[in-house]
Amino acid sequence: MAYDYAKYLRAGKIPHIWCPGCGYGIIMKSIIRAVDGLGMNKDDLVFTSGIGCASRLPGYIDANTLHTTHGRSLGFATGVKMAKPELNVIALGGDGDMTAIGGNHFIHACRRNIDITCLVFNNYIYGMTGGQYSPTTPKAARATTSPYGNSDNQFDIAQLAIGAGASFVARSTTYHAVPMEKLIKQAIEHKGFSVVEIIAGCPTGYGRKNKLASPAGMIEWQKANSVNKVQWDKMTAEEQAGKFPIGVLHQEEKPEFIEAYDANVGLS
Amino acid sequence: MAKEVKFLQGNEAVCEGALYAGCTFYAGYPITPSTEVAEILAARLPKVGGRFVQMEDEIAAMAATLGGSIAGRKSLTATSGPGMSLKMENLGYGYLTEVPCVIVNVMRGGPSTGLPTGPGQSDIMQAKWGTHGDHPAVALTPSTVQEQLEETVRAFNISEKYRIPVILLTDEIIGHMREAVNMPEPGDLEVVDRKRPTCDPKDYLPYKPEADGVAPMADFGSGYRYHITGLNHLEDGFPSNDGKLAQADEIRQEKKITDHYDEIVVVDEMDTDDAEILVFAFGSTARSAKEAIKMARAEGIKVGLFRPLTIWPFPDKHLQKYKNKVKRIIVPEMNLGMAILEVKRVMEGTVPSIEGINQIDSEPITTITILNKIKEGK
Repeated sequence: MAYDYAKYLRAGKIPHIWCPGCGYGIIMKSIIRAVDGLGMNKDDLVFTSGIGCASRLPGYIDANTLHTTHGRSLGFATGVKMAKPELNVIALGGDGDMTAIGGNHFIHACRRNIDITCLVFNNYIYGMTGGQYSPTTPKAARATTSPYGNSDNQFDIAQLAIGAGASFVARSTTYHAVPMEKLIKQAIEHKGFSVVEIIAGCPTGYGRKNKLASPAGMIEWQKANSVNKVQWDKMTAEEQAGKFPIGVLHQEEKPEFIEAYDANVGLS
Repeated sequence: MAKEVKFLQGNEAVCEGALYAGCTFYAGYPITPSTEVAEILAARLPKVGGRFVQMEDEIAAMAATLGGSIAGRKSLTATSGPGMSLKMENLGYGYLTEVPCVIVNVMRGGPSTGLPTGPGQSDIMQAKWGTHGDHPAVALTPSTVQEQLEETVRAFNISEKYRIPVILLTDEIIGHMREAVNMPEPGDLEVVDRKRPTCDPKDYLPYKPEADGVAPMADFGSGYRYHITGLNHLEDGFPSNDGKLAQADEIRQEKKITDHYDEIVVVDEMDTDDAEILVFAFGSTARSAKEAIKMARAEGIKVGLFRPLTIWPFPDKHLQKYKNKVKRIIVPEMNLGMAILEVKRVMEGTVPSIEGINQIDSEPITTITILNKIKEGK
């Protein structure tokens, strides 16, 4: 029997705003299966988001949902979590939202290691505003604001998160819908700040300008260029060139922020 | 029984007021001259079951303050100067989404880094017009350390009652001065908590106002699952592009404050019954003005003090009583002329002379300066 997504969706809010061929619907379905698979109570589930295509997702989910300002979802999420640590807080946003305008909040949430699950939808472009280059747009790629090719350097979001101190970091793609669901589950279950970077296609904003206009072609590209972490570690630098690792990239046990705070100040 | 009297710093009194009002969450970022609020609450909040966090910047501090309130805690942040500028983005979010909280702005000189350790009153207009878009605003201007405490409680009450961020607009002089404060005991001051829904969660509409223009607000995690967005939204909280409905909702938000002018606007009027000259002064400047008026009265000059404790909404109704009655209004303020613009708007054509005393040299406007101005027209 087909999986019933309706129980986690708000009645009457679909169709969503995403373009045909956008990868974000695949991510939403993986998120729903993950939270359902963990048996999470919708009353205790909070989604926060910033601004952009990805950030419209919480509006579709039947939970406590907070669509905030551009890049600021982690700030709001921190307030919610500190006020009520018993809530499960998932903060999400796109590559521009989380790593450009929200970059400072992102690295500090990683450093703080607060028990929030952060999902970064990386489609290499500012989609909602029509295709401007973002901190993850590949070098030389075309965007409306890089008509001669992108001169800027790329962020590796997962590496950024690891460097900043996140205690769980994983990467997936929209090709890997089932493994993605499992990684999201692991991220939610992890105590501390967890990041899952999810590579997704934006045929409208990115693909059309970069000879990748077919949604299926973009997913094929994800399949062809992603390498499981175990395999990745065995590859030479030459073999790794142009590809990226997926799976759990980093996991460590370290004190969670609110638990540490409560213990310090005598609240626990 | 005699009340407990404490010798408190102004910023310390804000903390006492916040705790009295039931604040249990503070998110902030260090900035002079407001930092003591953060330092004191970092120590005090855990003792009442509250939490404190120092965020990575002022933007995140404002965001976390709103997040804490959305999850049901009375939340506070304090800042100054450039910090207040950075708060504006999420402050606008707080207005549109109607999230109660209190923002303390200990005014210093500016713009930019300006004169960080000295007083200013140049954020009067920012407190009303600082963020983009139309919205109601409430800002309170205490003049004494006692009022720092009491007006902080009132700021929380207004924010909770009307679901609106409220600015406590104080300044470096009052923030850093020390005075004796009569400590209120529980029950002495009113403490208001926000209306929360009692309906069946499936019937809850987070922006459907009751008769007072304010909708009950559910805490996240209380079983009322709903959506909050900074997009213009309908009564169910979901975004809408319908401009007519957006306009109607923003007018409703404006009216929830203007309709309650009498409950929100407080003005202290001294020696005004027979006054021919009115001194309109707020915050620390009102202290010098009060003294100047006493001295002028001793010389037989009919002068009175008009001291708003609520600067926004502007005290139009209180001020209008003096139309065609006083001959002069003097507006001393530590800026190059801000509140005076509002005084002129309200009193236009009904007072022969409206004069400013303006000073932005990081020094208080003295009693003598104001007294000399009062006597100038004699």
